Amino acid sequence: MKFGIVVNEGPFTHQASDSAYLFTKAALEKGHQVMRVFFYYDGVNNGNKLSSPQADDRNLVKLWGDLAAEHKVDLVICVAAALRRGIKDEILAEGFRISGLGQLIEASMAADRTLVFGD
Amino acid sequence: MADDSRREFDTEGVKKRFMFVNRRAPYGSIYALEILEMVLISAAFEQHAAIVFIDDGVFQIKKGQDTEALGMKNFSPTYRVIEMEKHDADEDEDIDMVWRIIVERESMEARGLDADDLIVGVEVMAAQDLSALMAEQDVVLGG
Amino acid sequence: MMLHTVNKSPFERNALESCLRLAASGCAVLLIEDGVIAALAGTSQSDTIGGRMGDFKFYVLGPDIDARGLADKPLIDGVKVVDYGGFVDLVAEHDAVNAWL
Repeated sequence: MKFGIVVNEGPFTHQASDSAYLFTKAALEKGHQVMRVFFYYDGVNNGNKLSSPQADDRNLVKLWGDLAAEHKVDLVICVAAALRRGIKDEILAEGFRISGLGQLIEASMAADRTLVFGD
Repeated sequence: MADDSRREFDTEGVKKRFMFVNRRAPYGSIYALEILEMVLISAAFEQHAAIVFIDDGVFQIKKGQDTEALGMKNFSPTYRVIEMEKHDADEDEDIDMVWRIIVERESMEARGLDADDLIVGVEVMAAQDLSALMAEQDVVLGG
Repeated sequence: MMLHTVNKSPFERNALESCLRLAASGCAVLLIEDGVIAALAGTSQSDTIGGRMGDFKFYVLGPDIDARGLADKPLIDGVKVVDYGGFVDLVAEHDAVNAWL
């Protein structure tokens, strides 16, 4: 089955990004395909490479990047939401790309199931 | 160097029923505005859409919003663009795209509003009927 | 049939209340994150779910129960605990997902 995931919130402040990450990982482990994870609203902050959590805590930005590298998951940061929040190419974390809101609609059309994680 | 093939999806001939759910008041958070932007972008994809206002979401389309003292952009006139998209879709026989703008009756009445308070024409649906419509959707997006 | 997810506590927000008002009978409701609080027996909110057991299939995400130290508290009768694998299965088994935030 093909999944599309939408993440509405940034790392740490809300649990949304954690829940989305754990769901994505579980779906991949079960042999499903996660076509795209689209980061919208404050979710764009998941793509900020400057995020420096405490050493003994999970590094969500890196976890997402590693997942993308290992499983070829397309991590897309919405350009309009990103600009508002100061997320630009120069601080974009490994594994993410910035693109338009249309990518969310397209992923929802192509996927069998679309899930939203937010506040 | 990046593998672009994973970014190309085949959506030829795909026609899904999208529901955009608005449950929050405007200005207290950005969700109202950014869902609106999502709805506007979706028009280009010619999918079916039910744009639904539930709970405090009904306030997003309240007439007479004056944001001057707050220094925030009053984006409520943009809901009229959605109304125009809907009318264009209804009128154009070559486009198979049904858009509906819906307010939940219970949410509206609980907040002391009626259809005359709203900036666009809406279908007022009772929870029971909206529930049946919701159950038919392929994709539900909200914030 | 749709899968509805609720991620906020009924003490904090009306998301669960709105979900149960608008979800079609027979659908599944999965409580995640702070939403798991709604699954606890013996709270002033227990009837929100307790009273609708005949209308919906209720599930709760185990890792979120455990994280909040609630594994030693009884859950409302009939609410099933699932892990993330179970969450994935629920999504696959239902036609669409509706997240009540």
